[in-house]
Amino acid sequence: MKHDQTNNQTGNQMGNQMNETDNKMTLTPNKKLDLKEILTDLENYAPKRRGWHWRENRGQTRQIGDFEYHETSDSLLNSIPLPGARGIGGIDPQPDCVITTEIASGRFEDDIRRMRMAAWAGADHIMVIRTAGQSHYDSLIEGTPQGIGGVTITRKQVRASRKALDAIEEEVGRPINFHSYISGVAGPDIAVMFAEEGVNGAHQDPQYNVLYRNINMVRSFVDACEAKKIMAWAELLQIDGAHNANATAMKAWKVMPELLVQHAINSAFSRRVGIKPKNIALSTVPPSAPPAPCMRLDLPYAVALRDLFKDYTMRAQQHTKYMESDMREATVTHTLNLVISRLTSADIQSTITPDEGRNVPWHYNNIAAIDTARQALNGLDGLREMVELKRDGVLGAKARELKERAVLFMEEILAVGGYFKAVEEGFFIDSGCYPERSGDGIPREINGGVGVGLVFERDKDYFAPVSVHYGYNCVPAGFKSASEAIGGDTFEDRSKIAYIDELDAHDNVNVRLAEVAKYENSSIVKPEVEWKADGIVTTSIFLPLDARTAEFAAIKCGEKMGLEDVVVVHKRALHPSEGTLVEIKGKVKFDIDIKELVIPEVIPLLSEDEIRADIAKHPVLIVAGTVGNDEHSVGLKEVLDIKHGGIERYGVKYIYLGTSVPCEKLVDAAIEAGAGAILISTIITHDDVHVKNMRKIHDLCIEKGVRDRLILVAGGTQVTHEIAKEAGMDAGFGRGTKGIDVASFLVKAGRERRG
Amino acid sequence: MKRQDDFETRREHLAALTDQELYERFWALAEEIVQPMLDLGYKNTTPAIERSVLLRMGFSSVEAAPIVEGVMKKGLMGKGCGGVVWRLAQKKGVSVREAGLLLAAGQEWDNIDALFAQIGGVK
Repeated sequence: MKHDQTNNQTGNQMGNQMNETDNKMTLTPNKKLDLKEILTDLENYAPKRRGWHWRENRGQTRQIGDFEYHETSDSLLNSIPLPGARGIGGIDPQPDCVITTEIASGRFEDDIRRMRMAAWAGADHIMVIRTAGQSHYDSLIEGTPQGIGGVTITRKQVRASRKALDAIEEEVGRPINFHSYISGVAGPDIAVMFAEEGVNGAHQDPQYNVLYRNINMVRSFVDACEAKKIMAWAELLQIDGAHNANATAMKAWKVMPELLVQHAINSAFSRRVGIKPKNIALSTVPPSAPPAPCMRLDLPYAVALRDLFKDYTMRAQQHTKYMESDMREATVTHTLNLVISRLTSADIQSTITPDEGRNVPWHYNNIAAIDTARQALNGLDGLREMVELKRDGVLGAKARELKERAVLFMEEILAVGGYFKAVEEGFFIDSGCYPERSGDGIPREINGGVGVGLVFERDKDYFAPVSVHYGYNCVPAGFKSASEAIGGDTFEDRSKIAYIDELDAHDNVNVRLAEVAKYENSSIVKPEVEWKADGIVTTSIFLPLDARTAEFAAIKCGEKMGLEDVVVVHKRALHPSEGTLVEIKGKVKFDIDIKELVIPEVIPLLSEDEIRADIAKHPVLIVAGTVGNDEHSVGLKEVLDIKHGGIERYGVKYIYLGTSVPCEKLVDAAIEAGAGAILISTIITHDDVHVKNMRKIHDLCIEKGVRDRLILVAGGTQVTHEIAKEAGMDAGFGRGTKGIDVASFLVKAGRERRG
Repeated sequence: MKRQDDFETRREHLAALTDQELYERFWALAEEIVQPMLDLGYKNTTPAIERSVLLRMGFSSVEAAPIVEGVMKKGLMGKGCGGVVWRLAQKKGVSVREAGLLLAAGQEWDNIDALFAQIGGVK
């Protein structure tokens, strides 16, 4: 659906401003987040705002760098562009849809650092998965206990994360939506806490409780009424749980009719409780993945869904069901998912980290997933202006069929006596494509499950003295509203919120921070993937062995490399006997003291004017070419040509000898032309040929007695200044070099030689 | 239940529907399915709902839990835990917070039943 921008802005300005507090943090890009500052005075922290935020100024044509974009939103103040942006002006177009990333390592104090990195990559929806078992915890959990497979969602952790995000969103220049789960047997409790703590979105779907958490179905729906009512008040965006059917069913592509039904039940139910359709998001996943012909299977489903739910919001999730440990494969599947998003629509584009088939997501894989989304979305910008879905063929027919199957599903739900009866009969998560039935659905008893027997009928004098409440409420005489009886509730007066700091003296953030204190604000560092100083690294190893032998050989390699707890995270046989790629992870045993590192100083560049003036006074002629058998000339030309901002722009004259130039020819040409410098480019590094060629040029110059009067410069993706110096050059330039870097060096070297 | 795909015969009554009619039927069915659950939500309460009420009245989760447990033991969930606390505060002439803390500390439970007979104009 399209969201009206005016409404959004009004919504954000009106009624959604929370109390201003004076303990806000300010971040500067070159300083790390200060955890102590986050935890200080947290009991008095109030979030900046409430409610969901859509990206600003979508639907406009926008000029960004050299290009016109049709599906973008306002750019960020601070971000790290895609790698490819280096060659196209460093632009970072922000797609029009919200981009989600899921961050939940179990330690919120480490997650918030990752949230900051994710925001810089362009994520504005940070979703926190809950710790295993929280669904069955019959209360709020308090303090900062460590989670397993997710974060323990407590008021303190939520407040600390929100406080960090409030600062991070200022840094990047775009509001960030914070999101977690309102499910389990404490849904209403959590909904209240989220509304109070400035959480902007949540999963809420009673069907999820029933089918996957075996929570009593009556309890789930009664609780959901109150939880959804609170969400409606706080303008949280709701995401449903239908995607779980896709992930659970044996044959995911067969549950499409049921997915439509699950979406419909939660959407209709939520709307009737009071949530606005635009805040009801469907969690929709393309159900299949290659090598299945996924576009042909998934596109009709995407079309049927958007036809039926045109008033609602689309949260396009990425596929996980057939995800293995191969990150490349996952990335391709996700890119195809993104094509479906752009061919149909996506208001929120969720991302799944490519390592989800290996482990709980790691820092840089969150960024990899966000990069995949923005790269594809940037690339597909405006596609629908040129490519149209052909509805009057198999696509339209398939979409219609899916809708009919869903209608038939709902007819049979009513025919057997309603939703609860249908659940008892195992209607849901059956792997048959409805009306086909395989008999492998998940049946639940109406008188069974967690929390059974804990639903109580309200008496005539039932009273809940709160401002937001679903259902019957008998307000005592003399009060205009229920909460007036108590002088206002926490939604009206947040000073009434009861804040608990810690309940467990051992399992809390202070204890965890003490354990890694030596890495905090010090020069000591250790590699990490999810927690500070966890020491985990990965290594890719190719072994000329069969898969099984290679697996154990790779572990041995890791151990010999000094790693501890070596585990194979990915293995792919390339041939039954010729070879296997194995990726291992393990822990390093050492710390690094950055004070002991020898880091070459960055050589300061001369200004453009100074370079031009110097070269006008002391003209420089250089001879250039790619050396040996190297045909890669793009980088060299960028450094030379005026149109790429190369050295020509500063008045340097050059003779370009072309590609694959023999070393002898370069030196002879330089002597003959009376050049002052030789500039070689060498990309190929096989068998260290780049080093050998550099050495050869240097030796030839000595042999011919011209080394003193020639400045020798080498460039290439694998060249560093140190490697080049070692090989006899005067300077080396690596990836990312611009003409000014070389021109500045030539001027300085010329000055040195002249004395 | 196991069943072969009988879509072609089962769909006969849908075949003639326009896309718009099918759309309307889809949503009418969804509404009909969820109505009983909305009714259940209107008429009933749960420990989680009552805890959420107490949280909004200013009690912490640690304080709310024993109040709800106590009200359940007394068989008074139908009155609403927030209502019980409020009525106790009225009767004792103390703040709602003080009344709730007394209950959370295990006090005053013997006087709870009487609250609903004494306060008029409600039942």
